Amino acid sequence: MNVMNRLLCGAALGLAVSVSSVGAWAETPANMLVIANRIDDVTTLDPAESFEFAGADISRNVYNRLVYLDPLDLEAGYKPDLAESWEVSEDGKTITFTMREGVTFQSGNPVRAEDAAFSLQRAVILNKTPAFILSQFGFTPENVEEMIRVEDGKLLITTDKKYATSFILNCLTATIGGIVDKEEVMAHEVDGDMGNTWLKTNTAGSGPYKLDSWKPNESVSMSAYEDYYGGAPEMKRVIVRHVQESASQRLLLERGDIDIARNLNPEDIAGLADNEDIKVVDELKGRLMYLALNGKHPELSKPEVREAFKYLVDYEGMVNSFLNGQYTIHQNFLPATYLGATNENPFSLDLEKAKALLAEAGVDGLEIEVGVREAQERIEIAQSLQNTLGQVGIKLNITVGTAKQILARYRARDLDVYLGAWGPDYPDPQTNAGTFAYNPDNSDEANATGLLAWRTAWYPGDLNEQVEAAVTETDREARIKMYEDMQAEFRETSPFVVMFQQIEQSAMQENVTNFSTGQAVTAAAYWQVTK
Amino acid sequence: MSVNDISKGRRPKRAPLSHSLWPTLKTVLRTLGSVAVTLLGLLFITFIIGRVMPIDPVLSIVGERASQETYDAVYHQLGLDKPLLVQFFYYLWDVLHLDFGTSLLNARPVSEDIARVFPATLELASLGIVFGVVIGVPLGVLAAVRKGSWIDQIARVVALVGYSMPIFWLGLMGLLIFYGILGWVGGPGRVGIFYVDIVPTVTGMILVDSLLDSNIDVFKDAFSHIILPASLLGYYSLAYISRMTRSFMLEQMSAEYITTARVKGMSEWDVIWKHAFKNIRVQLITVIALSYAGLLEGSVLTEIIFSWPGIGSYITTALLSADMNAVLGGTVVVGLIFILLNIFSDLLYKIFDPRAK
Amino acid sequence: MSDTQSLRAWLLTETPTSRRHAKLSALYHGWLSFRSNTMAMIGLLILVALVLIAVLAPWLSPHDPFEQNLGQRLLPLGSEGHVFGTDSLGRDILSRLIYGSRITLYIVALVALIAPVVGLLVGTVSGYVGGWVDTVLMRITDIFLAFPRLVLALAFVAALGAGIENAVIAISLTAWPPYARIARAETLTIRSSDYIAAIKLQGASALRIITKHIWPLCISSLIVRVTLDMAGIILAAAGLGFLGLGAQPPSPEWGAMISEGRRFILDHWWVATMPGLAIFTVSLAFNLLGDGLRDVLDPKAGD
Repeated sequence: MNVMNRLLCGAALGLAVSVSSVGAWAETPANMLVIANRIDDVTTLDPAESFEFAGADISRNVYNRLVYLDPLDLEAGYKPDLAESWEVSEDGKTITFTMREGVTFQSGNPVRAEDAAFSLQRAVILNKTPAFILSQFGFTPENVEEMIRVEDGKLLITTDKKYATSFILNCLTATIGGIVDKEEVMAHEVDGDMGNTWLKTNTAGSGPYKLDSWKPNESVSMSAYEDYYGGAPEMKRVIVRHVQESASQRLLLERGDIDIARNLNPEDIAGLADNEDIKVVDELKGRLMYLALNGKHPELSKPEVREAFKYLVDYEGMVNSFLNGQYTIHQNFLPATYLGATNENPFSLDLEKAKALLAEAGVDGLEIEVGVREAQERIEIAQSLQNTLGQVGIKLNITVGTAKQILARYRARDLDVYLGAWGPDYPDPQTNAGTFAYNPDNSDEANATGLLAWRTAWYPGDLNEQVEAAVTETDREARIKMYEDMQAEFRETSPFVVMFQQIEQSAMQENVTNFSTGQAVTAAAYWQVTK
Repeated sequence: MSVNDISKGRRPKRAPLSHSLWPTLKTVLRTLGSVAVTLLGLLFITFIIGRVMPIDPVLSIVGERASQETYDAVYHQLGLDKPLLVQFFYYLWDVLHLDFGTSLLNARPVSEDIARVFPATLELASLGIVFGVVIGVPLGVLAAVRKGSWIDQIARVVALVGYSMPIFWLGLMGLLIFYGILGWVGGPGRVGIFYVDIVPTVTGMILVDSLLDSNIDVFKDAFSHIILPASLLGYYSLAYISRMTRSFMLEQMSAEYITTARVKGMSEWDVIWKHAFKNIRVQLITVIALSYAGLLEGSVLTEIIFSWPGIGSYITTALLSADMNAVLGGTVVVGLIFILLNIFSDLLYKIFDPRAK
Repeated sequence: MSDTQSLRAWLLTETPTSRRHAKLSALYHGWLSFRSNTMAMIGLLILVALVLIAVLAPWLSPHDPFEQNLGQRLLPLGSEGHVFGTDSLGRDILSRLIYGSRITLYIVALVALIAPVVGLLVGTVSGYVGGWVDTVLMRITDIFLAFPRLVLALAFVAALGAGIENAVIAISLTAWPPYARIARAETLTIRSSDYIAAIKLQGASALRIITKHIWPLCISSLIVRVTLDMAGIILAAAGLGFLGLGAQPPSPEWGAMISEGRRFILDHWWVATMPGLAIFTVSLAFNLLGDGLRDVLDPKAGD
């Protein structure tokens, strides 16, 4: 940078163009937080529908849930939020929540058990994409008004069978658990949509921030809700600005125009190392990078070939070069920090072993296609694979497409190899176990496109039962053991080559403290930030 | 490259201006008809592209985790189960009622989105074309007058370099130097963060709105942000405009009437500006109009690099996520502007071209 | 020596002895006037060099353009064995640029073959036949012209799938309408000339008139336009590559290389700059050449 700096400075000064220096050398106001992030994935703000990263960030700060995850103490797990306390019935199927008193929505309406019941019922009835997080407990649009109900000012949730309480409460910390203002929302109902159209672009929450505006692909701006029950946040305004390029984010940060840059690549992070005004905070995220080998492919479905692939990834080489600092080697379906997660990573690049396995399977010379979405790091992973596979005589053709293009083919079981990422939906091991290792009906007709195992055309055998058993196990230690066993088997036999777990590196001004992107379990929180 | 390749070249020798209304009306009707047909064709092609594209609009809405049930519900809701032509006619019907539908991706009316993104592009393109004209025209005239001199050579190099530079690269470098290192200009985006939403939106163009609100701080900040991308775009139109000006001027300068004027002892300044330049005005306006139309299409790459929320990046993003209502709406607007500017320059040509008279 | 002298004299003669002689003589005159244009000659030389580089790529490039070495990534300019440094996967940038010239030439050649030919066909038919055929063809041309160019190209690539061939088709699709306009305008002028009327009287068919008499006359203005458009085509292809819709990895297409390298623009600027300079040089060469050709072939526009 330095040589370049001097060179460019000289050249530019030489031009001696007189442009007035307006607005430069700025610093953000003390009670305002300005964040650069990619927010082009936000498609809706309705908590019953929202299911993307940047959308979850908004939701987390605008809506309260029954239970929440404290950004300053994420290890503690769920804590009381709008529900002050809860009791589990003897049969383990009903949880009774006592609501916190005196909390008001941003509209001024009081927060009641009716609002909570309405919000959860609404999510099940609307049946949008994230609805499965609730409906897996046996709720259907038909029965939900009985299963989730209000009695004596308390909220009762009854599940179809007994589940681990932690499993249920963990699910309620997800975006879909956001409690909306029933009066406000129903006042905007159109054609029986339960306010869905209105809530897509408006909010009706009780959280620490009010949404001022959301301009798609441009910015999200929020201001503090002064009557927030947890105390008004210190940052009175939060602006999240959409900046696509890492280089642009870094320039904005270095110029002091923003407080936090969330999408810097490893090179730009390294370039900031000498800057004393800026610090970098690492958080382990839940996102896993993996390969899926299609079970419909005659060669890729052979157990030896699957195993060979696990020895054909240059794990070390990649995390030490272009993924440096932003991914760590992880070869299991539960991300580190999750209940039951394990650090067993037995595979490393071993061409000889892979060759032997391929020979054993009778594979000699193979040409396959990998589908990857156009994100630079993934394209580079694909090229690294292309390189190592080429050394054992496997020709890998890379098809790059938009996220939706590639995904559509993956869901149609049409790709030989899929290279992609998976992030957990809620902070419970079931979120990944139930998709990587669970696929009760592998037939084409089942069309279980929501399950990764189905998309990969893999029948997980007895893992199916293990996954089902684990969600009803209430003993914590026993449950951990079950997940560890599942993952041990999964590592050896599955057609998934789990490679890396993401580390999010947020670069921020030295004076910003307590910022949290939510680690592996939840979304970003702003109310505890000071500077 | 004469004007023929731009305007239609089909104009028959025009009769002396008739004062009867009918021929004018007929021309107007015919023009309107051709605009309608072109727009319809534009819509139809965009529509077909949108439907054959392997990007699934349903998947864009429901996301990766959706169950088949949710997927099917949205599929039905979007009317994708109906025959293609039926879908097209439904869409056309809505458009005729000025309803461009709702963006699949951000749940807002497309017309609202366009009202938001188009002024951003308009502002950028207008400033860009101003740069292009203010520098490009004199440069072109000078190059023609001093043909073969060092000025001509420099003008040529300036123009050719402009044609040849990959804009995304130049944009990144410009941002690095003028913003990152020197701090002379504002960074990516339309205004600095503290100036967001301060002046009331009237035209949607921040430079104009801030002046209307007589808020000079916002104006200054917005100007510092727009100057770099606008000069880049301006450079491109400058290259084109200066080259065209030069060749128009050369054509005039070799004409007999110029020699006559010189022989008569007219000053060189008057020869150039009062005679030669006067005669190329119409051709020049045509070139400028088309160049402007090109900028108004939205320079996708410039908009991406400068985080400029304009119509070019709007259409591109929409396209890549199969948000067809947004793509169609954006394309219609951009296409309409292109066609209108074309008609405008055609008309101008018909009215003022000395040869046509 | 004396042979070349006499050849020169033969070519420069004022009194050609045959049609071929006259043609060659005219060509030679054109070449002489072209050669006196220094800038155009520079352009031509660069392009000749580009072709040579593309042909001799395997012998010229110091490394295999696909060979990765993660331990040697992002080496700076002038590194031992890597004059232009290495990219994110440790591949030699110089070798990739050299091999990339093949892709650039391939794209340019294909588009230069497709777009003007389509434009010529549409334009001459439209201009010669006239009537409703003209109306319909010109309306279609208008529709394609009214499309935002990059959007149209993007849409087609998105529909057909990313890849060089599809990028070529997409760019050609957006590039043909101006050619059709030029060809039509020329045809209109030529059609009404006495010379065509005379041929018509001799009973020549429309097909014959178009192919034998109109096309050859349209060619020169098209060639100038094509050469001037080449830079635009290269930039469009690079733009598609930049957006990830052009050549697929690990192909060393220059636009894609910029796209890969732009992530390091602040600290490892050469990774994006070298292919940027390559694109710039080649499109500048085409522009210089086109400018010179215009002076030779289309004197009224240049002088």
